[in-house]
Amino acid sequence: MKSFAELLDRLAYTPSRNDKLSLLADYFASTPDPDRGYALAALSDGLFFRLPLRRILTELIVPKVDPVLFDLSRDYVGDTAETIALIWPGGAVRGKPPRLAEIVETLQSAHSTKVPALLAGWLDQLDATGRWALLKLMTGALRVGVSARLAKTALAEWSGVPLADIEEIWHCVEPPYSELFAWLSGTGPRPEVGTRATFRPLMLSHQIEDRELQLIESKDFVAEWKWDGIRVQAAHQGGEKRLFSRTGDDISGAFPDVVDSIPEGVVLDGELLVMRDGEVAPFNDLQQRLNRKSVTGAMLKSHPAHIRLYDMLFEAGEDLRPLPFIERRTRLEAWHRAHSPRRTDISGIIDFSSVAELEALWAGARETGIEGLMLKRRDSPYLAGRPKGHWYKWKRAPLTIDAVLMYAQRGSGKRSSYYSDYTFGAWRDGEAGEPELVPVGKSYFGFTDEELRELDRWVRNHTVDSFGPVRQVEPKLVFEVAFDSVHRSNRHKSGVAMRFPRIHRIRWDKPAEEADRLETLAAMIVE
Amino acid sequence: MVRNPNTLQSEVANYGVFRDLFYAADQKMRPDRFDTWLTVDRKGLYCRPGGFHIDPDGGAKRAVVTHGHSDHARPGHDHVLATAETLAVMRTRLGTAARLGTQTLAYGETLAIGEVSVTLLPAGHVLGSAQVLIEWKGARVVVSGDYKRSADPTCAAFELAPCHLFVTEATFALPVFQHGDANEEVAKLIRSRERFPERAHVVGAYGLGKTQRVIALLRAAGYDRPIYLHDALAEYCALYESFGVRLGELKAATGAPRDELKGEVVLAPPSAIADRWSRRLPDPVTAFASGWMRVRARARQQGVELPLVISDHADWRELVETIAETGAEEVWVTHGREDALLRHIQTTGRRGRALALIGREDEDQ
Repeated sequence: MKSFAELLDRLAYTPSRNDKLSLLADYFASTPDPDRGYALAALSDGLFFRLPLRRILTELIVPKVDPVLFDLSRDYVGDTAETIALIWPGGAVRGKPPRLAEIVETLQSAHSTKVPALLAGWLDQLDATGRWALLKLMTGALRVGVSARLAKTALAEWSGVPLADIEEIWHCVEPPYSELFAWLSGTGPRPEVGTRATFRPLMLSHQIEDRELQLIESKDFVAEWKWDGIRVQAAHQGGEKRLFSRTGDDISGAFPDVVDSIPEGVVLDGELLVMRDGEVAPFNDLQQRLNRKSVTGAMLKSHPAHIRLYDMLFEAGEDLRPLPFIERRTRLEAWHRAHSPRRTDISGIIDFSSVAELEALWAGARETGIEGLMLKRRDSPYLAGRPKGHWYKWKRAPLTIDAVLMYAQRGSGKRSSYYSDYTFGAWRDGEAGEPELVPVGKSYFGFTDEELRELDRWVRNHTVDSFGPVRQVEPKLVFEVAFDSVHRSNRHKSGVAMRFPRIHRIRWDKPAEEADRLETLAAMIVE
Repeated sequence: MVRNPNTLQSEVANYGVFRDLFYAADQKMRPDRFDTWLTVDRKGLYCRPGGFHIDPDGGAKRAVVTHGHSDHARPGHDHVLATAETLAVMRTRLGTAARLGTQTLAYGETLAIGEVSVTLLPAGHVLGSAQVLIEWKGARVVVSGDYKRSADPTCAAFELAPCHLFVTEATFALPVFQHGDANEEVAKLIRSRERFPERAHVVGAYGLGKTQRVIALLRAAGYDRPIYLHDALAEYCALYESFGVRLGELKAATGAPRDELKGEVVLAPPSAIADRWSRRLPDPVTAFASGWMRVRARARQQGVELPLVISDHADWRELVETIAETGAEEVWVTHGREDALLRHIQTTGRRGRALALIGREDEDQ
């Protein structure tokens, strides 16, 4: 438990992705089975204990600590579990602290009435960091800035086995992952995928560059719309139905409507959308259904999900991935005609004879839900990752407005000495009719390192007030902000929320009074 | 577990806490009524029968100074009494320790001042730090200044003095503060250095006391590489060395080439670790040596990657145990989280009082 606690502690304080990978790789290399496997499970959200933890903790702490002192401490620390970890009377530690595996296995099998006594015993044996890590583990949410994908990436870096290979067998292995670690360390065979519904790494595209665009010919490439949802993989094999995100997270629980409609024997690639009466709803509507473990009946009715299919990877157990795209496409269409599963349709192929024609088509496309164009080589097999020269995306030129910098916040990690996160605003009329700025968005990228240094200097020289890590600046600097779309939002004072805003250009030259008004932004809202 | 904050406040108010009371100079003094002869005026804590203040605000006639930190040793007093080390610190920081005269008192020596006798005892906080023992007509009062009980190779260890009234600090007076072994924290720093050999490790540390303690702990752990210093820290290190505290090889960080600092330990004032100064360092791991680092929100707030819980103040248990060991029947709490400590004092049957001295709020290190 000590090394797991130290790992969590370091991860929680380490902002850099590469440093996190290095900490994880070190841990996997130096920790024996089954502890490292349970750690991997905890980090990749695979461990859940159904425990009334809040009640258990209250029961444990009340006889130990004066409630007045506990409350004063809780107010200072700001987190109940951390307060308990810190306040638990230490020093009575006897015997060796428990191993992570011992804790996990005991919790998985123990009757819930036995848990308080077990927990008290462990807390006595652990130090403050260990107690904090144990309570984190038991809540089931570590919140140390590690996604399942980052944990898998660390496995890949540590073992030298490609990430795509790990992702492919991921859903066939289970905590404590001894079989997986044996394979990764070269002492065991590759875990058997068999006929189960497991994630197959997706094929991804490159942003097309102008010179590449000129080489596109319709005899080699087909074009499709790029839909504005999230890329998913739907699988129904061996009696299991699953829906995976593009990073291999199992999101079946949030989308029972589409999962139910997948017929047996296939693995499909498509775009998950919310659709009403055959129309794609704005991305915001899909957002309402993401990041939930389950979904309410009302939500299923008001935000019906749908998959617009792009590709087929397996049919009746046959692996279609080695086939050329155009053959897979034919199989997909035939299969769809035969089964016509509900809540799915096929993303259409766009006929074109020249790039110029394609460009005109695209410029005229105003349908909602279109994010850009995809260009796919007719003879490409389905390859994991982002292979060069096969699939291209051609995204719509972004929307832009000129906004005024209002607040700057210190960044994290390498940027912690820089004011690198910018909140910008648009003009509107205040209550007395005078122009005032209202914040419309926040962004921390789009500029070069050199520009960051200049911006940092500008912020420090134009500060009018500061609140902890945030500085309010004179409303004098204009940013040309690029964004993909803008939506209504009740959570923001301005009533609008931008999608994917980035600093497109710094308009050192432009007077702030000439920046855009809120009405300009509001006019771009997609209803 | 959640309680109404109003209930909590009224409970605290009922402990017999008297704040901001000013006592008339002609009130009759009685040794057993401490507040008749130890009063709080606008300059701070004043001993009437001795005619001196302890750690007063600037410009007192006569001041006894417990230690050299800026919230205790202020400029502009006429006369200052302190240990030789504290006077040296004051001269380093302020140019001069007093306007008219200084007097040195070594640990354990007793001096008669007016009707009282004064003894300075080691407080274990920083080099030269002292508790002030005041004896008057059989009454013994100890003013702790800042103190700690845990081992520190750079200063004399805290010496317990039994007393009737104990005036204590309360910087870390919440039961969540249990500082642990500083050697383990330094071991964490050394391990992190091994894990990230391409990065500098910049450790935020208060210039007087914490810096030298961290260096001494590193040396004790066998770390014999040069240690790099921000300019602001060099002077105090030289001062410590002049009093015989060995710190090993120290180098200036400011002029050092970037590549030279890869894998090295660099000490800097807390204000510099995540600001422009630190950009000269190669991809630094930001560490901070402070008792506050025990609380995650505090560490995250300051952008710290490697929090090191190393404190020069007593933690909760040390505060509580020291109060018990002095045998004091009355305890005054000077600065910090006095609510929690007063609650504890009250539940153990002692009289408690918050002094609420001006300008002593939340000293940061």
